[in-house]
Amino acid sequence: MVQFSLPKNSKITTGKTWPKPEGAKNVREFKIYRWSPDDGQNPRVDTYYLDMDKCGPMVLDALIKIKNEVDPTLTFRRSCREGICGSCAMNIDGHNTLACIFGLDEISKSTVTIYPLPHMPVVKDLIPDLTHFYAQHASIMPWLETKTNRPAKEWRQSIEDRKKLDGLYECVMCASCSTACPSYWWNGDRYLGPAALLHAYRWIIDSRDEATGERLDNLEDPFKLYRCHTIMNCTKTCPKGLNPAKAIAEIKKMMVERAV
Amino acid sequence: MADVNRGNRPLSPFMIGTYYRPQMTSISSIMVRITGIATLGTAFLVVCWLLAAATSPDAFAVVDGLLRSFVGDILMLCATWAIWYHMLGRLRHVIWDLGYLVELDVSQKMGWGMFIGATVLTIITVLVV
Repeated sequence: MVQFSLPKNSKITTGKTWPKPEGAKNVREFKIYRWSPDDGQNPRVDTYYLDMDKCGPMVLDALIKIKNEVDPTLTFRRSCREGICGSCAMNIDGHNTLACIFGLDEISKSTVTIYPLPHMPVVKDLIPDLTHFYAQHASIMPWLETKTNRPAKEWRQSIEDRKKLDGLYECVMCASCSTACPSYWWNGDRYLGPAALLHAYRWIIDSRDEATGERLDNLEDPFKLYRCHTIMNCTKTCPKGLNPAKAIAEIKKMMVERAV
Repeated sequence: MADVNRGNRPLSPFMIGTYYRPQMTSISSIMVRITGIATLGTAFLVVCWLLAAATSPDAFAVVDGLLRSFVGDILMLCATWAIWYHMLGRLRHVIWDLGYLVELDVSQKMGWGMFIGATVLTIITVLVV
């Protein structure tokens, strides 16, 4: 369903303004989405101030500094701090990216705004519920499907065939692309979204995989695949520089090629 | 894990403009949808015009007067732009569906091309008609 506003329980209110650091010359303002499951209140946006002379260069550094020094209740996911785990994906300065590899100097506005990934149920603060997103990934069978007998050593692949997986295997499932997609916002219950479809294509074109037909059958659906209208918010936002829109276009092409 | 609040979770903000940055690809895409609907609306008006012509001279005078008025002219100018824009947008979809140019930078350029192209084609249409 096309939706242009937030439901009643999700309307955002103005939150607390935390004190400015004392004696700091280079202060930056952070506006961060907060919601606690425990107090029955609507979400709010809290304002924080940090001394940038004493803060690391990335958005994640600022979040950790706030949690350590200002407000220990601020909740967010993070792990590897080098863009490989995909945990700290959030909506920063109006687009989705990984907080750990997005520099504070890349934000031209003086205020840094941070929200959870768009159009997702919020577990707490900056943590979205990704259960459905992961279930969709599982539904495309993200593993090698084979029918022939297992080879004595390993499933071999030529260098050229291996090259076809470049630009696909790097995906870390951070959900930035899917939650940037208006189609996914409005039909996310049935449309698989760019991340799951990129993974679907990764297995479809794997030369070792022997279930291409079943994989395409599984996607032959008015919603699962064809809700992609090539809006390309996915490609624009991907923190790893991948192109899910291209992968989806290739699947659509294969659908036509096998039909004619 | 105690997950007592699953039913009451808020929806995170998403709206383009206020919470998500508008960008060339998303705006040019939504404009294809909007111009498509607008074109359908205009087609409805033109059908009304024809129906009025087939019904009676009085009915025709009303609808014809509306369409030939200043407001009608503006409406038709916008409709011309919408038709051209929608056509260019569809052309872009044909190119994409053939598997070409599904790259961010070219798609953004094609988005600009659609806005500028539709404007130029509208001016040409106005000059010719």
